[in-house]
Amino acid sequence: MEVPILKQGNYLIATIQAALSDAALLELRDELVERVGRFRARGVVLDVTVLDVMDSFTARTLRAIAHMTKLRGARAIIVGIQPEVAFAMTQLGMTLEGVETALDLDGGLAALRRGTKGGGDRGR
Amino acid sequence: MGVSRRCAAEQRGAATVAGEIRVSIHSEADIVAARQQGRALAAELGFSSGDLTLIATAISEVARNIVAYAKRGEILLSHTNQGSRRGIVVVARDEGPGIPDIAPAMQDGYSTSRGLGLGLPGAKRLMDEFDIASQAGKGTTIVMKKWAR
Amino acid sequence: MTDQGESTIRTESAGALVRELVAHFREKREPLRRQWVEQMTAKGLLAGLTPQEAETESITIYDTCVGCLETGKYDAAQTYATRMAERSVLRGMTAEQINGGLLTLRDVYGRSLFERYQGNMKRLSEALDVYEPVANKILSIVALAFIEEREKVVREEREKVVRLQQEVIRELSTPVLQLRDGELILPVIGMIDTQRARQLTEALLRAIRANRARVVVMDITGVPAVDSKVANHLLQTVQAARLMGAAVIVTGLSAEVAQTLVTIGVDLSSLNTLSDLQSGIEEADRLVGYRVITTEATMARNAET
Repeated sequence: MEVPILKQGNYLIATIQAALSDAALLELRDELVERVGRFRARGVVLDVTVLDVMDSFTARTLRAIAHMTKLRGARAIIVGIQPEVAFAMTQLGMTLEGVETALDLDGGLAALRRGTKGGGDRGR
Repeated sequence: MGVSRRCAAEQRGAATVAGEIRVSIHSEADIVAARQQGRALAAELGFSSGDLTLIATAISEVARNIVAYAKRGEILLSHTNQGSRRGIVVVARDEGPGIPDIAPAMQDGYSTSRGLGLGLPGAKRLMDEFDIASQAGKGTTIVMKKWAR
Repeated sequence: MTDQGESTIRTESAGALVRELVAHFREKREPLRRQWVEQMTAKGLLAGLTPQEAETESITIYDTCVGCLETGKYDAAQTYATRMAERSVLRGMTAEQINGGLLTLRDVYGRSLFERYQGNMKRLSEALDVYEPVANKILSIVALAFIEEREKVVREEREKVVRLQQEVIRELSTPVLQLRDGELILPVIGMIDTQRARQLTEALLRAIRANRARVVVMDITGVPAVDSKVANHLLQTVQAARLMGAAVIVTGLSAEVAQTLVTIGVDLSSLNTLSDLQSGIEEADRLVGYRVITTEATMARNAET
């Protein structure tokens, strides 16, 4: 597994270290889902700070991770999307609708602890 | 995977910009190579960091298209001038099944925010110029350009 | 001898004379070229060039000129002149140096003709009739190439300055203000086109990162015309901010505009909108978890008024 996954209390923290191949990304997805079940994690923070390009496959897989972990009882929060990447994503129509986001690792953990939803929320 | 740099170095001002860069696309690993080469060339041409991401993303999308539908093809990266403007030119070529009807493929709904579909309208939005020629059974050629501000 | 743009009937004798001159210049190439280089050196026209560069350039120029004489076409000279102008302007060689160099070459060619045809004034005169228009044409091509190159450089510089100024103006017109810790206000004023929308979005996203903002109040009261294009720009700004974990509250979207947009088919359901800035700020406070407490002193003061 290229991506280190840490356990912090009830939460799992996965930090992507370098651009991932498609296969590695799918492996990460499966690994996270498995561990959420194994450790009965309540939350997952996935840090994508290092990714300088987010294409359709990556976006699709992040959504899959969020949905699949949710099915197993954990809230997933994507953190670290950089300004240029966020802009490119919206140009491409990739809005990660329904996926929670936060600015960074601290923000992600805080959102999990708050129990309130992060950026993906409409704010209502 | 093959990357060859045909350096027809053109002395223009202080910077030397290489000629055409060809990246063959066989597998998804080549997608990363193509967009990294594209990013590097765009950086040499003086694009802003925001534009570098847009260009790399557009290259990623068309390259992914090649892998998904044509199985193999190539991406050609080069630069061009228009008056005082410098631009990057990305040509994505394949001999795959082709797109029989381009119009719906280029419609916004086709590449939905779910990330399905051909990703071409998205790539078009990211670049300044976008041309596509495709014939069923013959293959597809896409030419995209972006100008440095 | 054909001049560019003109057509001259080349008589047999004229053609023969051209061939004779070309052969002469080619045969005498080394001595004439060396003479030329010596004279240029003496006049100080080769400052800034290495001996090798002087060698290579002088060979190419010499051969190009003879080629123009031979073919009656000046494309090669034009191409070379343009490239030379580009390089020289960058290397700091002056037009005077280049022109001076060519004038020297013209004299070297001319004197060699005098030498060859001395004693035959008629033949010399015919040779000069053939040679002089070519030499003058080449000189004017080079001079023009330099003028154009210089103008181009000036123009590019000016365009660059204008672009930078526009950049600054745009930055100043899209201020992102921090209201409280984690809260940003973005008052949008003026027309929104694609360029400005992008500027706005980039500024906002950078501010979100810098301020670790979790909520943004984007007030669009000051946007005069909100059509579906503008609405889509704003939607994309909101979406991009969300990807960075910031919720966006849009204020200042009048009921009428909202109605129009919905009718056109713009999906506003994903937007959190409120009518005015004050409400927006209060909502932002609520989201972040701030509570505004009025102190007793202020309450007392308020009670008095």
